[in-house]
Amino acid sequence: MLTLQIVPYAEISGLSSIGRIRKLLNIAKENKIVLLEGRLTKEEETELIKVTMEEINKNFRGIELAVLEPEQGDMGGLAKIRKGFANVLLGNRTGLTVIGPANVVKQIKKDPNKIQLLTQESRSRKKKKKK
Amino acid sequence: MIKLVKKFINKVLINIFQKKKHIKLGLYGPPNAGKTTLANRICQDWLGEDMGKVSNIAHETREIQIKEQISLKKDGKELSFNLVDTPGIATKIDYEDFMKVGMKEKAAKSRAKEATKGVIDSIKWLDEMDVVIVVLDATKDPYSQVNITIIGNLAARDIPVLVVGNKVDLKKANMKKVQAAFPQYELIGISAKYGKNVDEFYEALFVLAG
Ligand SMILES: Nc1nc2c(ncn2[C@@H]2O[C@H](COP(=O)(O)OP(=O)(O)OP(=O)(O)O)[C@@H](O)[C@H]2O)c(=O)[nH]1
Ligand SMILES: [Mg+2]
Repeated sequence: MLTLQIVPYAEISGLSSIGRIRKLLNIAKENKIVLLEGRLTKEEETELIKVTMEEINKNFRGIELAVLEPEQGDMGGLAKIRKGFANVLLGNRTGLTVIGPANVVKQIKKDPNKIQLLTQESRSRKKKKKK
Repeated sequence: MIKLVKKFINKVLINIFQKKKHIKLGLYGPPNAGKTTLANRICQDWLGEDMGKVSNIAHETREIQIKEQISLKKDGKELSFNLVDTPGIATKIDYEDFMKVGMKEKAAKSRAKEATKGVIDSIKWLDEMDVVIVVLDATKDPYSQVNITIIGNLAARDIPVLVVGNKVDLKKANMKKVQAAFPQYELIGISAKYGKNVDEFYEALFVLAG
């Protein structure tokens, strides 16, 4: 069974960077897919990867991560960084962050404005699409 | 793009003119992209020796490797740096993946353990870099979040970046797609393994360094 947990931005906006990462990672470690409204800062993203690596064990093999940026069009993910520098540094409530535990989500395919989660059990049979 | 190139030039120039002793040129990217293959190519071309071990199994490099004082010389110009090869950055590591390619369970588990430490070190070392070459596998999906996170971090830290699409010798390589994913970066497609476009790659380093 697949569980999605939606995390509104308000639930992380008041937390410290470490607090945010802890909260999101704890959900993923319960084998749930996290849908976060908004996104982390770039530094928090690398911190998330670091903490994930520290906690990998027999039961937790890491995460699949994808960040959808708003109004990206065909500009690609980094246009935003150059355009809205402050936004990147501060994190943002726009966009969408998907964090899937690696044992549940095999792969996240991302096009500029579409995310596909390929889940473990299903491979090609069941594809979950998100717009 | 011009702004970024300028920034790259300025940074390299400033470093050289201030005689900052050793600029650190880092090779970053996802596992298996060909960072060590490119490092070996650079070291073979300019020192006549290899830098590290290459493997088709991901996470071959699990510790930061440094080759000191590499000097590229061309037309009376010189560009010196310490080359830093880093472990590929990933968001997941599954020891069973290593078993699938024939490793014994114990070896697979210790490779996985070392690999997680390697990723952490790569991230920790980001701040130390003066210039970074991001090596991507041009046959793979460029939108992978690891690529975006690495490049975004370098931008946020104001570290100049050159993005290289590797493995252009393979038919599946799609530089157009890579360029579309990173439109504001100057991209070079190379084959680190077969030497294709490597001269242009050096050229780019020289142009950037004045
Ligand atoms: N066809 C082709 N294969 C390449 C090229 N460059 C590297 N490879 C192959 O890709 C695989 C990975 O190369 P490495 O240099 O070990 O990759 P890496 O980025 O250092 O990987 P990690 O150390 O695991 O992070 C090896 O099998 C290489 O032979 C290339 O230009 N063309
Ligand atoms: Mg390597």
